[in-house]
Amino acid sequence: MNQQELRDIEHRCIEEEQPRCQAACPIHVDVRAFMAKMASGDLSGARKVLDRTMPLPGVLARICDHPCEEVCLRESIGGPLAMGHLERTCALGTPTGGKPMCMPAKGKSVAGLGGDLSALTLAWDLAKKGYAVTLLVPGDAPGGALRDLPSDILPPEVLTESLDILGRMGVTVKTGQTLSDDLLTEVRQHFDAVYVECAGDNPLGRSRADVDPVTLAYGPEGVFCGGWPAPDGNRSVITLVADGRRAGASVDRFISGATLTTSREKEGVVATRSFTSLKGIATAARSDPDDPVAGYAPEAAKAEAARCLHCDCMECVKVCEYLKHYKGYPKLYTRQIYNNLSIVLGNHYLNRMIDSCTLCGLCTEICPEDFSMAELCLDSRRDMVKRGKMPPSAHEFALEDMAFSNGPDCALVRKEPGRDACAHLFFPGCQLAGEPDGRIPQAYAFLREKLDGGVGLALGCCGAPALWAGRQPLFEEVVAAFKAQWEALGKPRLITACSSCLSVFRQAAPEIPAVSLWEVMEAETGLPETTGFSPAAPVAVHDSCTSRHNEPLQTAVRAILAKRGVAFEELPLSGRYTECCGYGGLAGNAHPELAKAITERRAAASDKDFLATCAMCRDRLSHVGKRAYHLLDILFPGDATDDPATRPDPGFSMRHETRARLRRQLLAAVWNEQVDAKAPAGPDFVVSPEVRARMEARHILDDDVKRTLAHAETTGRKFLDRETGHFLASFTPHRVTYWVEYVMEGDVARVFTTYSHRMSVNNVGK
Amino acid sequence: MAESLVYLPQSGDWTCAGCGGPLEPKETDVTYLEGGFNITLLTCPKCNMALLPEYVAMGKMLEVEQLLEDK
Repeated sequence: MNQQELRDIEHRCIEEEQPRCQAACPIHVDVRAFMAKMASGDLSGARKVLDRTMPLPGVLARICDHPCEEVCLRESIGGPLAMGHLERTCALGTPTGGKPMCMPAKGKSVAGLGGDLSALTLAWDLAKKGYAVTLLVPGDAPGGALRDLPSDILPPEVLTESLDILGRMGVTVKTGQTLSDDLLTEVRQHFDAVYVECAGDNPLGRSRADVDPVTLAYGPEGVFCGGWPAPDGNRSVITLVADGRRAGASVDRFISGATLTTSREKEGVVATRSFTSLKGIATAARSDPDDPVAGYAPEAAKAEAARCLHCDCMECVKVCEYLKHYKGYPKLYTRQIYNNLSIVLGNHYLNRMIDSCTLCGLCTEICPEDFSMAELCLDSRRDMVKRGKMPPSAHEFALEDMAFSNGPDCALVRKEPGRDACAHLFFPGCQLAGEPDGRIPQAYAFLREKLDGGVGLALGCCGAPALWAGRQPLFEEVVAAFKAQWEALGKPRLITACSSCLSVFRQAAPEIPAVSLWEVMEAETGLPETTGFSPAAPVAVHDSCTSRHNEPLQTAVRAILAKRGVAFEELPLSGRYTECCGYGGLAGNAHPELAKAITERRAAASDKDFLATCAMCRDRLSHVGKRAYHLLDILFPGDATDDPATRPDPGFSMRHETRARLRRQLLAAVWNEQVDAKAPAGPDFVVSPEVRARMEARHILDDDVKRTLAHAETTGRKFLDRETGHFLASFTPHRVTYWVEYVMEGDVARVFTTYSHRMSVNNVGK
Repeated sequence: MAESLVYLPQSGDWTCAGCGGPLEPKETDVTYLEGGFNITLLTCPKCNMALLPEYVAMGKMLEVEQLLEDK
């Protein structure tokens, strides 16, 4: 990712866009912060918010014409927030204020011709920046039309106090001036820049059309004009302020020798891409103060301010446990990830974050600007792999699991026995193949019976773990190997039971025609006559995240349920908006606790039993105690007699065993080939449920334990605890060292604990 | 160099089952990727084996592994 790509990706996230009210305010008052303070009754806190952006806040807060209200999102649900009344209430309840912080004197002087609101704003802003400002005003005092306001709206003493503050900021006022071109010419000679305020009578005769709309620069260098009333003669208070502020910024740039025009897009009223969902927000009616001049009573002010929606987006964060977990939002994450990838020496604190996104793509569906955390994280993973910065522990276990599924013990590619042609190829997927009672033999028999042209079978893994781990070359290798086998079979149509496999093949090998088992059963074969389990109560359909964009698949699943008479309901987030079960993207490998929280969140979306079409979704849901069926439970009778929704997550070792057993079972039953189970790698062992759970959490397989036991028992290399009689032995097959504490009870080991580490212990005995 | 930390088993009376000999504390050097540290473990000097207790593997060692993986 280079700087430009970073900015392009960041730009997609609109979380930091100004809310509509703030964008519509020419001086960008932080309305959300103001409302929060007012809602808590903290008037002086609210006043500080105003003081941050407002010139002469004691004056302006009393009289602002609040264009923010016109764009308030509350409009349709109770009416816009009464920002004007609330500002006034805040000003009435707080002291006029002190002198703001001013920078040291710059030794530069600016003259303002005029003393109305725009000139006062310019003086305020430039005095803060350290300029020596002199206002030349007609009459005997500054203030202009502010002095014509009714005294209950703007008490003269408030105006006087505010002008006193200006004086303390170093602004000089010369009264009794006749504003004319002669005066302008003379003043220009003595000051570094001049502002001409065109309020009221506008004796100098400049119109808005005479000045540059961005800089307010007028003809002669160093002269700026602003502060006109609207063409109909009306004065928008905030527009006058905006002119003074814009001219002040131009003056500052002019005197500093900076460009007058670049990067001024953020000044004044700006467009905003902000998005806030109004879903689920109750109507709450606006309440105006009984006496607008006196403002709100304290409780009424709090109530009105509490209606503020505090507009922001966070749409993706609301639906994603992962985005929520890191306490930010995509724009922030993009910058953090960029920094993480850029580190040459030092700690990469975000590796784990990059590796724990499920890559499910829900954020992109939800985002008004299609931000893709999945794309960002997957690209980052590939980058880390390429530069050797991917932590080995993040995905190694899953990649070894993939290698096992595609290895000689589990993989199988065959034509239908007795058939030369192979029009279809059934690919159940490695996770379903790892599920005891996964019903693959039944489904395969059914397809052979119903489809013409020969139905082959392929057992193995599609390569998704390599894809998700960012191991692009390895992924391409797996896909290429599969493609070669597919070609050798005569390029059959692929029928997958797993939506991840389907999406992987469609993406990486689009020349392979591929379709889901569910669509085939719905549209071509019809459903089996013998039925499986029929849930008594309605089930909630859980679409897997890899079927998010596969509407035909989703439709077929529902049609099958309807045909089978299974009542079902939709989850709040389903179909295109479905949530991941926590397995996607190998999140469970990189961050087991977070992945579990993702699964728990999904499980909590409905109190109904879930109906999944992906074995991994079903097992993960089951692992957190959620009752869940696989669609095949309903289509084919299984071996087990229990309610299949109670079937436990098989766990890693059982999945391995089951895949190998399935291969042997199918070879025997379908192709009449007897394959002996491989000789055991070591003695059998027994463990308590606690130790079994520890093995799962630590990714320690039965095979690892058995090989350690075999190593210890054949070599005698082990320790003995003379107090308990326990042995402790270790074994390092390749990178990871496994330790097992056990006793032998005849031929069977009783295992008390097992643990592993990646560090090597080097110099023992040397 | 600072003295290495000593990580003995938290319970038991451990000996080498292979040779039957006693175990001795010995400073060993544990490494991973491009880093590592020194610790003192119980070892069998005859059989060249070090006893790494579970609390070390799942505690200090795991911590260091993760740290080194993020380097």
